[in-house]
Amino acid sequence: MSAYPEIADKLMTPKEAVKRYIKNGSQIALGGFTIARNPMAIAYEIIRQGLKDLHLVCHSHGQALDVLIGAGCVKRLEIAYGGNGRYAPTCIRFKKAIQRGEIEFEDYSNYQMSLRFLAGALGIPFIPTKSGLGSDLINLEGFSKKIRKERKVASRKYVVIDNPFNGVEDKVVLLPALTPDVALIHAQYVGEDGTVRIKGLTFTDIEQAKSADIVIVTCEEIVPRSFIRLDPDQNSLPPFFVDAIVRVPYGAHPTACYAFYDYDPKHLNLYKKVAEDEALFKKYLDEWVYGVSSHEEYLEKIGWTALSRIKANPVLGYAPGLDRK
Amino acid sequence: MTQYTDNEMKAISAGRFIKDGDIVFAGTGVSILAATAAKRIYAPKAVVFFETGGVDPSLEEIPMAVSDSRVMSGTCLNSGLIDAFSIVGHRKFHTIAFLGAAQIDKYGNLNTTVIGDYHRPKTRFSGSGGACDVSSFASGVITFMQHEKRRFVDKLDYLTSVGWYKGGDSRKRLGLQRGGAFAVVTNLCVMKFDEETKEMYLAEYYPGITIDRIIENTGFTIDISRAVEALPPSAEELRILREEVDPQKLIL
Repeated sequence: MSAYPEIADKLMTPKEAVKRYIKNGSQIALGGFTIARNPMAIAYEIIRQGLKDLHLVCHSHGQALDVLIGAGCVKRLEIAYGGNGRYAPTCIRFKKAIQRGEIEFEDYSNYQMSLRFLAGALGIPFIPTKSGLGSDLINLEGFSKKIRKERKVASRKYVVIDNPFNGVEDKVVLLPALTPDVALIHAQYVGEDGTVRIKGLTFTDIEQAKSADIVIVTCEEIVPRSFIRLDPDQNSLPPFFVDAIVRVPYGAHPTACYAFYDYDPKHLNLYKKVAEDEALFKKYLDEWVYGVSSHEEYLEKIGWTALSRIKANPVLGYAPGLDRK
Repeated sequence: MTQYTDNEMKAISAGRFIKDGDIVFAGTGVSILAATAAKRIYAPKAVVFFETGGVDPSLEEIPMAVSDSRVMSGTCLNSGLIDAFSIVGHRKFHTIAFLGAAQIDKYGNLNTTVIGDYHRPKTRFSGSGGACDVSSFASGVITFMQHEKRRFVDKLDYLTSVGWYKGGDSRKRLGLQRGGAFAVVTNLCVMKFDEETKEMYLAEYYPGITIDRIIENTGFTIDISRAVEALPPSAEELRILREEVDPQKLIL
């Protein structure tokens, strides 16, 4: 019998979760933000399973985005920002793919993307904002007319109208809602009842999860029902939103997971170096993604020394004094 | 005379604009130094917050990204992006945003997206992130720039974030109720914007920097009639910056 009978049908390995819920061409919302809580364990598994033609939708993204693009899994992208903080002000494989014309892309802003997920979560077809008036985000479409006819792609990037409520000229931008096939979220805790708790900043993870057809939550720990229900004010998602629960300690490595571990500057610097070079990048994927068969093997390869170096002080939330150059 | 670096002068110059009660939207790099220095030196009652949703963190260590766990530590509130943007544009608050850009024009419009054609760029940058949003909503934007001719251009390759748009009252006519470009802080000088025309003018040049050098490195004509020499950073300003703001020398 399962140790967690209430969620036994949702508990699975990264391998099972990807196999069951992600297909070639899936539209995927990536949780996290640049170098924090990227769903790395699932991203690596997507690459190992050789999935193609993914349509990623995200606000500011970093490592998971970049490695998925670099591995050739991504066909289409709606995005506000591709960067790894100081470790790659512009994500390198993302940059190369756009400069070489290898992926279809369309730019929005962070708030716009967040609002689009919110609209999807609320079940409304579009949502107004003042953000972007006058900018090329509004003036230039990234997708061609042909792409606009495809599944889960909005027929227009934006519509600008006059505020219908005040009777004077007052422009407003309408943004199309997003309803991704799958949202990938990495959380600190999932309760044995399936309740999700994200600690630190939630970014747009909650809206992303609620806007998606399928939600895969990877987590650091599965905690007792009594713990997660003792302080429900801290919780992020009720159990019924979640379709797959995957326990992967250090599952966001090399990005950070507040209160558990910091980002891994050594690994991000290594990645920055290899991402610039085709042969080195291929070797990196061979070694760190294809060359390991599971998340446990990946952790084994990173090694205890590296993991203990980035271990967060649970009170501060990060690893004080970590060499971050 | 005390020696100081470009980044130190930039951080101090920008930090001096912040007043008590300001709500400061910070990014990474020099902007986090400026925001932290402002709070520790000039405006202890200013609040630093991040677009990711972290409000008033203790910033014992410098964050390397706006999603760094350090922006979640010692905060009064940890939230998310939608909450953060409800602060940036809130009518009750005076919000100042620090941004950086690859290109800027004379009206303070910014490009952080591409050099060259949008669809097939020569160089692709990170993209808007929250920059377009804060430019739309904040009370004022202070932009950090490396002062080079190719960055101070007549026409942007891509307009990511609206400053004064086409000058005059064109920003308001777009439907943006408030805000606009407040200042530009470079490695050579501080630029501000004319009240009427909204064109960039030279406000302060740093000690040891000639006005000619600034003109040579600016790709459009700038008014220099109002220029004065900037105050160099004081020993105390530098001490706080070096010992308290970035003792690990991650950015300085």
